[in-house]
Amino acid sequence: MKTELTKPAAPKRRTSLTASPYFVYVLVAPLYLILFAYVIYPLFETFLESVKADGQFSLKNYAAFFDPEHPANLEALWTSLYISVLSVILCGIVGVSMAFLLERYEFPGRRILSVLAMVPMALPPLVGVLSFTFLYSESGIIPRTLQWLFDLEQVPFSLKGIWGVLVVHTFTMYTYFYMTASAAIKGLDPSLEEAAASLGASRLTVWRRVILPMLTPAMVAASLLVFMISMASYTAPLIFGVDRTMTMQIYLSRTNGNLEMAATQSTILSIVSILFLILMRWYQGARSYQNLSKGISVHRTEVKSPLGRYLAMVLSTIGVIVLMLPIMVLVLISFSEDGTWTVQILPPSYTLDHYVELFTDSKTWEPIATSFELSFIATIGNVIFGVAAAYAMVRLKFRGKTLLDVLIMLPWALPGTVVAVNLIAAFSEPSVFSFQQVLVGTFWIMPLAYFVRHLPLVFRSTSATLMQMDGSVEEAARNLGATWWYSFRRVVFPMAFSGVLAGTLLAFVQGIGEFVASILLFTPGATPLSVEIFQRMYAFEFGTACAYGVLQITLIIIVLFFSRKLAGDKAGTAV
Amino acid sequence: MSGVTLEHVSKVFGNVRGVDDVHVEIKPGEFFTFLGPSGCGKTTTLRMIAGFYYPSAGRILFGDRDVTALPPNKRNTGMVFQNYALFPHMSVFENIAFGLQVRKLPRPQIKEKVERALSLVHLSGYGNRRIDQLSGGQQQRVALARALVIEPQILLLDEPLSNLDAKLREETRFEIKRLQLELGITTIYVTHDQAEAMSMSDRIMVMNGGVVQQIGTPDEIYNRPLNRFVATFIGETNLWEGTVVGIDSGEARIEVAPELVLTGRVQNASPACQLKVGQKTAISIRPEFIREAKPDDQHNVVKGNIIVSEFTGASVNYVTEVGGNRLRAMFVNQGHRVRQRGEELALHIPTESIYFVG
Repeated sequence: MKTELTKPAAPKRRTSLTASPYFVYVLVAPLYLILFAYVIYPLFETFLESVKADGQFSLKNYAAFFDPEHPANLEALWTSLYISVLSVILCGIVGVSMAFLLERYEFPGRRILSVLAMVPMALPPLVGVLSFTFLYSESGIIPRTLQWLFDLEQVPFSLKGIWGVLVVHTFTMYTYFYMTASAAIKGLDPSLEEAAASLGASRLTVWRRVILPMLTPAMVAASLLVFMISMASYTAPLIFGVDRTMTMQIYLSRTNGNLEMAATQSTILSIVSILFLILMRWYQGARSYQNLSKGISVHRTEVKSPLGRYLAMVLSTIGVIVLMLPIMVLVLISFSEDGTWTVQILPPSYTLDHYVELFTDSKTWEPIATSFELSFIATIGNVIFGVAAAYAMVRLKFRGKTLLDVLIMLPWALPGTVVAVNLIAAFSEPSVFSFQQVLVGTFWIMPLAYFVRHLPLVFRSTSATLMQMDGSVEEAARNLGATWWYSFRRVVFPMAFSGVLAGTLLAFVQGIGEFVASILLFTPGATPLSVEIFQRMYAFEFGTACAYGVLQITLIIIVLFFSRKLAGDKAGTAV
Repeated sequence: MSGVTLEHVSKVFGNVRGVDDVHVEIKPGEFFTFLGPSGCGKTTTLRMIAGFYYPSAGRILFGDRDVTALPPNKRNTGMVFQNYALFPHMSVFENIAFGLQVRKLPRPQIKEKVERALSLVHLSGYGNRRIDQLSGGQQQRVALARALVIEPQILLLDEPLSNLDAKLREETRFEIKRLQLELGITTIYVTHDQAEAMSMSDRIMVMNGGVVQQIGTPDEIYNRPLNRFVATFIGETNLWEGTVVGIDSGEARIEVAPELVLTGRVQNASPACQLKVGQKTAISIRPEFIREAKPDDQHNVVKGNIIVSEFTGASVNYVTEVGGNRLRAMFVNQGHRVRQRGEELALHIPTESIYFVG
């Protein structure tokens, strides 16, 4: 500007605080503080509690945990481990074979199947397990139908115990394998296979030497992920009555008032989870096959033989039914009258009342309002923290970046049960971080738990969009005279907005469905939706419980739809 | 409008010297180019002028005003980035208006100025387009309009042509030069392409390894390079090593191979080169100075076999082997017969074409 020319003199070098090379640490300090206060400090408090007995330092709790005389805990650890291993294997088989069928073959029903393959993502943990008990448990619709059809004495099969847990895990977690595998297969350049074939490799050799090795990184990543989530799984063991898992033991110790044991079990489970987090990060850093070729064209083999087509049609139909049944049964039962469904195959009488009540009856509406409120508060925190952290990670240069990254991912690796136990340990007494308030037993502990559990969501989606954005765009804005804040507001934020929004919606909807931490933390005055569903189930009010469930699923589907749209029109740089 | 002075500017990244003691005065209205291979520090220097880096030592002045520690948004420079850095979420109009909105100009005035800028870069009527609806050349012109509309004191161009194809590059080159002459704006241009630098610049600063090699007009840089780096980096040349064997009446004789002595003019030497008998020096001979020997040529006639014969249309290039050295010669195509590989060729190196590099 012309006026500036006449301004007299030179500003002294780096007098302003913002130009100092250390200013960046002032900016990132709050991020570290929040992580310390609500992730590290609670984790540490739990650890402290675990090495205490009768108010003194002692390893008694650990001795009790590993005591071969009373093997309940060891058994739980062992059960958790083998359930997790089996879940990985089952999810791997289902997920990878589905990915191959859907990506590599063209057959009747492929399109609809590839859309529905993602349906399990739309099931909130508790509601998903419930629908499986409605369908496949001893009193479930499918076993009873078969019994009636074939006039059997007893139901031919039923889902319970560890098998129940495994089936639910497979159904809900195969998507992790499916998604990574199909992305990897899409990225496989067909010309690599053609090159191998032209060099004389047989189809089997091509598979063994080319395709599988290229998929390995994706498979390992998915395996670690599924293993971690299985270790953290709480809802399925709860509903199928498998008490001897780590998460259930923590829950039981806590409800029996043995807080020190709960802390010990939590600490051990945390260690396993953190080890897996480290393993995952190490592996992601160590190996990744960037595809070297450009312009990959997908080629699908068409199933042509009449028998093959017929078979494909039948199998696709079965697949569609299996995938849709859990949601369909929830919708069906949501219309059933509470307390009428006993020994019949299907509920005998139907009503619209539950849906009307959801929005008219204040008592029924309350949990919905509570969950919205809790999730809203937590999500605001997540957005502020997530956007700031993502900006710092992508744009700023400072020491301790890796530490920040690991600390943000930590809550994601910690099982919800552990997060709850940690918060209880930290905030059952007044502390600086809770503004000298006792949070346990109040409304505020829940949004805090949601905030911690969903900490990485906004961060991850925002940093992904920021990374696509070229840094020079921000520099261009500054060059044109914009202050840092102006260019953040007008350029950086609008460009990252799709990522911020996608993460925000996801965090919000996850908050609405949160069950695992809520069940340990909720207060009677503020019952979140999932806990209410759980209670209604035990009160034999299936209809209302399922209506709540359908509401959750609808919200999730809307959010998934929007996030896809947002991911579709990415706002990268225009070059 | 003002000139730019870099006073002994250095920039250190960790332990690496990115830019080492650059000292230059750029005059108001001048088209000044930083030229050098990638990693030579030219972009770092430009970014210090724009304010994205602060110098580790030295001062930067716009006119008389010290801007060394001024943040980029207070410098009023217009910068065009290598990848244009257009805001993808804004239209063409909004992109250009951005800098004016920052300066809180009234709406009608913004509209008028943006329209004028659009017509300046021949994009009238494109205001409502989205950025991804533009071709590379059009994006380039939007970036230029966006930088110019704020009436900057200094226009900074960071390899603005490198993302364009060859034909567009030439067109845009003329366009930038035309705008610069029309507006008379001080322009600093960064490029690694010497043809671009030669054709557009008033003066060029050649850099290598963070150090300034030479500052001068294109003519000086090409014809009177200060050192071997400049001689070889700018244009093609034959750089031969030799020993001075005799100096008399303004002419120096240099032995470049046993039995092969060439004669050049003493005044035709780089200031860094003091000619003495017995001294080893390098000479630079531009291929286009060499011509085919005629029977009456007295000295500086060399004979060699053709190793490479290249017909490019406008010219014929030969590489011959002369006394263990390679000699590249370029003849303008005038319809003569193109010699084949293996044929012997007698060439004359004019006395005035021999330049002592030192």
